[in-house]
Amino acid sequence: MLLIHCPHCNEERPELEFSHAGEAHIVRSTQLTELSDEEFAHFFFYRENRKGVTFERWRHTHGCARFFNAARDTVSDKFLITYKIGEPKPKLKISTNQNKKAAS
Amino acid sequence: MNAHAKVQPNRIAGHGRLTPANQTRFTFDGKTYGALVGDTVASALIANDVHLVGRSFKYHRPRGIVTAGPEEPNALLGIARDVTRHTPNIRATTQEVFDGLQATSQNRWPSLKYDIGEVNDVASPFLSAGFYYKTFMWPRKAWDKVYEPFIRNAAGLGHAPEHADPDHYAAQFAHCDVLVIGGGIAGLCAALKAAKAGARVIICDEQPQFGGAFHFDVDAQVNGRPGFEWAQETAAQLSEMDNVRVLGRTTAFGYYAQNFVGLVERVTEHVSAPAPGTPRERLWQVRAGQVLIATGAIERHMVFANNDRPGILLASAARTYLNHYGVAVGKNVGVYTANDSAYLAAFDLKRAGVQIPAIVDVREAIDPKLASQALELGIRVLTGHAVIAAGGKLRVSSMSVSKAGGGSEQVIPVDALIMSAGWTPSVHMFSQSRGKVKFDAETNRFLPGIYAQDCICIGACNGTDDLGQTVEEALKAGENAAKNTVARPKRAALNVKTIGGESWNGNMVGAAPGAEAGKVVKAFVDYQNDVTAKDIRLAVQEGFHSIEHVKRFTTNGMATDQGKLSNMHGLAIAAEALGKEIPEVGLTTFRAPYTPVTFGAIVNHSRANLFDPTRTTPIHDSEVALGAIFEDVGNWKRAWYYPRAGEDMHTAVNRECKTVRETVGMFDGSTLGKIEVVGPDAAKFMHLMYTNPFMKLGVGKLRYGIMCREDGYIYDDGVVGRIAEDRFHVTTTTGGAPRVLNHMEDYLQTEFPDLKVWLTSTSEQWAVIAVQGPKARDIIAPFVEGIDLSNEALPHMSMATGRICGVETRLMRMSFTGEAGYEINVPADHGRMVWDTLYATVNAAGGCAYGTEAMHVLRAEKGFIIVGQDTDGTVTPHDAGLGWAVGKKKEDFVGIRGLQRPDLVAKGRRQLVGLRSKDSRSVLDEGAQIVADAAQHDKMIGWVSSSYWSENAGSPIALALIEGGFDRMGETLFVPMPDRTIEVEVCRSVFVDEDGGRVHG
Amino acid sequence: MAKAAIKAMDATRVHPLAGQSFGGPNVSIAPAPEAYRCSLRADARAVPSLSKALGIKLPRSAKQSITAADRSALWLGPDEWLIIDTHVDPLDDLSKVRVLHSAVDISHRNTALLVKGPRAADVINAGCPQDLSLAAFPVGACSRTILGKIEVVLLRTDVDAFRVEVWRSFSAYAFELLSTAASHN
Repeated sequence: MLLIHCPHCNEERPELEFSHAGEAHIVRSTQLTELSDEEFAHFFFYRENRKGVTFERWRHTHGCARFFNAARDTVSDKFLITYKIGEPKPKLKISTNQNKKAAS
Repeated sequence: MNAHAKVQPNRIAGHGRLTPANQTRFTFDGKTYGALVGDTVASALIANDVHLVGRSFKYHRPRGIVTAGPEEPNALLGIARDVTRHTPNIRATTQEVFDGLQATSQNRWPSLKYDIGEVNDVASPFLSAGFYYKTFMWPRKAWDKVYEPFIRNAAGLGHAPEHADPDHYAAQFAHCDVLVIGGGIAGLCAALKAAKAGARVIICDEQPQFGGAFHFDVDAQVNGRPGFEWAQETAAQLSEMDNVRVLGRTTAFGYYAQNFVGLVERVTEHVSAPAPGTPRERLWQVRAGQVLIATGAIERHMVFANNDRPGILLASAARTYLNHYGVAVGKNVGVYTANDSAYLAAFDLKRAGVQIPAIVDVREAIDPKLASQALELGIRVLTGHAVIAAGGKLRVSSMSVSKAGGGSEQVIPVDALIMSAGWTPSVHMFSQSRGKVKFDAETNRFLPGIYAQDCICIGACNGTDDLGQTVEEALKAGENAAKNTVARPKRAALNVKTIGGESWNGNMVGAAPGAEAGKVVKAFVDYQNDVTAKDIRLAVQEGFHSIEHVKRFTTNGMATDQGKLSNMHGLAIAAEALGKEIPEVGLTTFRAPYTPVTFGAIVNHSRANLFDPTRTTPIHDSEVALGAIFEDVGNWKRAWYYPRAGEDMHTAVNRECKTVRETVGMFDGSTLGKIEVVGPDAAKFMHLMYTNPFMKLGVGKLRYGIMCREDGYIYDDGVVGRIAEDRFHVTTTTGGAPRVLNHMEDYLQTEFPDLKVWLTSTSEQWAVIAVQGPKARDIIAPFVEGIDLSNEALPHMSMATGRICGVETRLMRMSFTGEAGYEINVPADHGRMVWDTLYATVNAAGGCAYGTEAMHVLRAEKGFIIVGQDTDGTVTPHDAGLGWAVGKKKEDFVGIRGLQRPDLVAKGRRQLVGLRSKDSRSVLDEGAQIVADAAQHDKMIGWVSSSYWSENAGSPIALALIEGGFDRMGETLFVPMPDRTIEVEVCRSVFVDEDGGRVHG
Repeated sequence: MAKAAIKAMDATRVHPLAGQSFGGPNVSIAPAPEAYRCSLRADARAVPSLSKALGIKLPRSAKQSITAADRSALWLGPDEWLIIDTHVDPLDDLSKVRVLHSAVDISHRNTALLVKGPRAADVINAGCPQDLSLAAFPVGACSRTILGKIEVVLLRTDVDAFRVEVWRSFSAYAFELLSTAASHN
């Protein structure tokens, strides 16, 4: 069981209190009806599901109940950072080599 | 007590730490044996001169006890306390004897001494490595009748218990600064140092007593006392500290992410009559700031022909049996070694009066001190020699010795043979933590290399051979662990002075002389999985070059053994066969559990009522009193129907359905999900979350709402009431309550964070009582205060707050039955009182309580959908005939774009329609397929989603999702069943009160 | 029906665990006395006004609670508090507040168990994965968390005493898990 740092509770809490909530930083258009079928498909259906560092949403469901964002390496299953919804996607220092390798 | 119980021929007076007066007894294969309190089953059996304890997995070869600890591969017994408490595959070397213990050998039939499966040993050329994969491939037909029954019969060890486990297993999460795995000198020193510095410490050891190698090493002194005594005192000292938890008989079995370690504590497995209330085992789920791994080293056997004969043991095991249990493993014990440790065992045995005919050492040169000591004790030492084979079958009877390079053999009679190839650091926990081991060529062993987690290996498992260095390393690790985890560590002096101590050298890996390549002998590498040196060479020869493949092909180091004895030997033999160095071949991964863990410990408290929560409504007890039969809806118990004397389900449901339409019925709707949406932007939020328009819903009005996901498919539905300008009372389906709230929170927090609105679950705040039927208003009117119930003041789909039966209510005029009626929300603690009060009146008026089955029928008569029954996640509001509920002028709502997708507006979608059976009798099966052509059953055009007998309609009724259903009114379709095909006619999905006038009555 | 007859009806609250209790040498478990409860939601800038109206200072950071007289305010999330009062309905105090907030009555949604005794933390740790040592979870600490297979709100009321708030239909499970753990501790 992982420990996950909740950016609202400001401490690490057991994974049992959390739920995963899919890929992060997917913007719902304010003009949703204007999207082409292709654009809608990318918004709703397509996900990166990458091997390596991935940005995803979690919810501290059985804690403060807040959604938040996280960067997690899906190979090592380690969280690199967690941050509040609305905060910019952090720039992480990841060696590109390693990342390429992980993504291949 | 019979005679056998008293005489223990191999018990040596004056040796060991058990108390001779503390006699106890147990049975093995039905025969009673005497033992001393503190014995393991293994030590007690050897005391009684029993070495033959089982048959091997594949070849059914007779097997004995090899070790004195959890690494035991052979002596796996069935252990029982009584008929309901039988556990297979327990290591005789770790199971403590208690009075009345019943042990049974396994994998033999009809008896341990005469086993029919032994033919496998003779037939072994056909059962070599990979035989499962080869032998049973062909012919295909033989699988069912010949191969599978044979494999099932022959495979597996022991038999599963036949009775439910009567014992309770406990569990606890625990947190500490420092977890110390292993209670030998390294673990004890580190724990004490860390504890004195103020760290919260947990220390566990799998044995009943702490002290690790001091169980057998009686030469080492700590602080001027025998090591074992020092260990007991130190463990006692730790137990008395408030910041330390000392867990004996506790195995760390799994090391998971972020220093999360699973331990199993065997609480009563050693007790004859466990006190009531004590759990059999306790699972500890420990989160540690730092983990100190002090798991020691495991001695390896020598790989030579017939090295599995009963009576052949590890040298350290023989020493443990003598020095801890006071038991000699034989009277005339041969020694075969590549390592110094066996000498110490031989010396101890000799001093205890046991004959040592020879020490056979494959090394040419040995420590002169050992040589002279042997000379002093009169023990012959044959250096540069090898044991080519062991003689005997049910018990070792001799060893054949020759020069290591070959030459003439001499046969030396023995009744036991002890061996030592060297020591393997126990890196299991380190490896499980995802740490990477590195090979140390000088000592022929893998040692902890790159750490993946915040842990430190100390002592023998870290390759530290010297006792003094081990202590130094442990104290340092304890001090550092406290520094790293405690805010203000205390300075505490701790002096531990040692003299002597074993060395844990790696020494020899691989096959011994006489079992090298080309020799057709059974020299076992892995006893538990019956893997010989030859099998591993065969695997390489057949093209398996990765050690991971060799492992799976041969099964070396698999299963519960996890390679404790076998890994290094197997690897060395594979490396030799491949012509590679050991590190190039690599090591297989050690997996959890380190030793087997019972299902009981893993399940722990979660049995029976605690398997899953059972949720009941506040009205439940009244329903029980009315004789309700309940159905499970998620975790909820819901009243299904209320049979009266002589009624079956069908007649009860028919009566309930008729009564509601003719008189009045009462229904417990408390399980409905409820969400209170509060804030100035509440209407705006509702407008976005539901397909319906919500901006203009008046205060005091209700609206049926549909919620979609972004893809346009129905996600949930429910009635929404506007309590105030800024407050909505939202209901959801029973099963949908948590996910609907999560869905709403998701949008509110992440997509619409600027909206001023908050959501609160009120599902359990309100008990909900539906009163439905023509007499509904008359029933409730006398109990209502502050609400005008007239049609004008409170028409269908409106609500008011006031009081009922003297308590607060949110009274909703609404209907899921098609009859005029109310859903009465009252604070949950008052639910039962209100139900009982109203029920008395309902009953007197000829009404009744109705359950979920009648509710389903009544709503189907009106064509009202149930999300999840009449929808399957691919049904749009339009498909369900609910297009009217989608706001045409809305600019945005969740699902608006999805609903425009080409497939969702295409023709030929499955649409919800009614079906009538043409014979007016046949009730369709829910889920049944529907076809247009009675001759073509494989062209399905839809399926039946709801189907009932309707007493009110006097016919069967059904709802179905059918391709282009709305355009098929009046069409005849077919429902093929196994025995016949039912003709149905497509119709509107309303079967009763087609114009819908009754709800306004 | 005469209003007098309605008045005669029994409007006392029925605790879902009425009559159930567990008493062991190291732990006792009993239903908490009935209470008013309110789920209070508001942004940070409303906190001073709400605190004033409630007569209790709403805690502003995770795991903190304040108790004064019969009233407790528990931080559950950055804009969420659970107010518990054994005598006065906090909704009455909040009804006059003008600042933006949401107050919802959940008096009956939750019920509570009081777990007391030297082994109280161990017993709760049978199902709760949080660190309940006094260092990590001191007196006054509170948190929404997990107990076995359900969600609870935990409040440490004393060194060896906890209040376990639970939705009413899960209270039977909570009681059975805690009493089972206590009797096998």
